Amino acid sequence: MSKESRTVGQWLLTFPSLAWLSLFFVIPALLVIITAFRPADLQGGVGPGWTLATLREVQDPVYLPILWRTLWLSGATTLVCLALALPVAFQMARVGQRMRQVLLLLIVIPFLSNFLIRIFAWKSLLHPEGPLTKLLIWLHLIPENAVLLNHVGTVLLVLVYTQLPFAILPLYAAAEKFDFGLLDAARDLGAGPWRAFSKVFVPGVRRGLISSSVMVFVCCLGQYVIPQMVGGTSDEMLGSKIAQRVFSDRNLPHASALAGGLMLAVLVPMLIVVLWQQFGRKESE
Amino acid sequence: MKRSRLPAFITLGVILFLFAPLVVLVVNSFNASRFGGEWEGFTWNWYVKLWAAGEVWESLWITLKIALSASLAAMVFGTLAAYALHRFRSWLQNVHHMLITLPLVMPDILMGMSLLALFVLTGVETGLLTIWIAHVSFCLSFVTMVVLGRLQDFDFTLLDAARDLGASQATAVKMVLLPLLLPGVLAGGLLAFTLSIDDYVITFFVSGPGTTTLPLRVASMMKTSRSLPMINALSTLLIASTFLFAALSSRLQRHV
Repeated sequence: MSKESRTVGQWLLTFPSLAWLSLFFVIPALLVIITAFRPADLQGGVGPGWTLATLREVQDPVYLPILWRTLWLSGATTLVCLALALPVAFQMARVGQRMRQVLLLLIVIPFLSNFLIRIFAWKSLLHPEGPLTKLLIWLHLIPENAVLLNHVGTVLLVLVYTQLPFAILPLYAAAEKFDFGLLDAARDLGAGPWRAFSKVFVPGVRRGLISSSVMVFVCCLGQYVIPQMVGGTSDEMLGSKIAQRVFSDRNLPHASALAGGLMLAVLVPMLIVVLWQQFGRKESE
Repeated sequence: MKRSRLPAFITLGVILFLFAPLVVLVVNSFNASRFGGEWEGFTWNWYVKLWAAGEVWESLWITLKIALSASLAAMVFGTLAAYALHRFRSWLQNVHHMLITLPLVMPDILMGMSLLALFVLTGVETGLLTIWIAHVSFCLSFVTMVVLGRLQDFDFTLLDAARDLGASQATAVKMVLLPLLLPGVLAGGLLAFTLSIDDYVITFFVSGPGTTTLPLRVASMMKTSRSLPMINALSTLLIASTFLFAALSSRLQRHV
């Protein structure tokens, strides 16, 4: 093939997805940031001219506790997910090929069933009349009148539930490539099981650990359905505010300013990881 | 040397944790009690009620129309993109790779919000078309990743062999590459289909009047306590179809 026809071929193959994503991913993202500098109009659209007023509005101190809650909930979810996902990935990589497929399927299936339905399931499980509340009261683990729903802890629980597969899959991919002979070597040299796990296995799956944490943390940052459905009125996250500004107040510029902030917070760490992986892609060739 | 049993126990616990809420849903869908607190006997009642709820089936039809057309488009774009990413190494493909990866990690709310901003500012009426555009956009990257994984296992000397035997480039692609790549493309398409059926957040932002997809319908049903037992029945049907789908796509994955 001549050099020119290769170049033409490359552009022809790349063009559809490149154009689509530029039009419906890159431009919309830029529009959000631009909209933050435009005034709102009463119909829920954008008025003429430019303004910095929206940026001043979002510096309102009412957002501080919400921002803080979003960050700590996302951080806590990431930590809990990693603590659970590490031993699971370890186990999955150690069992035989067939069992591995079964475990993989068992982890992926709940995650493929509808997101809303999984939240609804937790709602009925934790309902004051629901089975879990009754069981815990019967075991005397919680007081008679305890309410498990509408609590910041509930939000954390359901966040962990929905994000857990995102933590397990990248870690499993890394654990699959891990050389378990190293663990035996560590044990032979006198390390206990815990020490071998934490000093040899965990650093060995570092790449997966980083992808998992970024994935879970970033996904949590944008959540609003979970706090809205299982949390109380004081458990709102940043996403809840964005949705409120769009759907209740119909103030697109205000929502854009919040979304723009969130976007920068998400994209900066992501770009670092993507660039780093791309560097790795070249390195491994 | 004795291996610790702890990881096995944690794995078991995690799987129980993942399935417990779903089991409760399925059991409750056959429970005569309205709130599902106690078992009050077996009933098909909620399924009968669901069958009679015309608006749910209308939503299912809308959802299927969008999912089918969006996953088809994503399959075409995604396969081309994966081929380009695999075949060429250039600055263009680096940018391309970055563009494909970013939507995978963009929180749904931001994707929905930014598409809404695009449609509001360009004056496009939200409806079926805008939902379709949004779904193609988030499915494209997933399909690309699945097909790319498949291409990495593809032996490209087979194409050269076909060319040596006198096939034109187009024939070689059509007769050799595509059939071998098909399971990967279909697996990607299935993933896109499930993601599209499942999506609530992005759809919520870009939906208009008369385009209540199934997740949007479920969300509005959740607000009225009368229809809660019907959600159990609907969920059970959806979970059952998810199982079916997962079985189907794992067959496709294995069928190399």
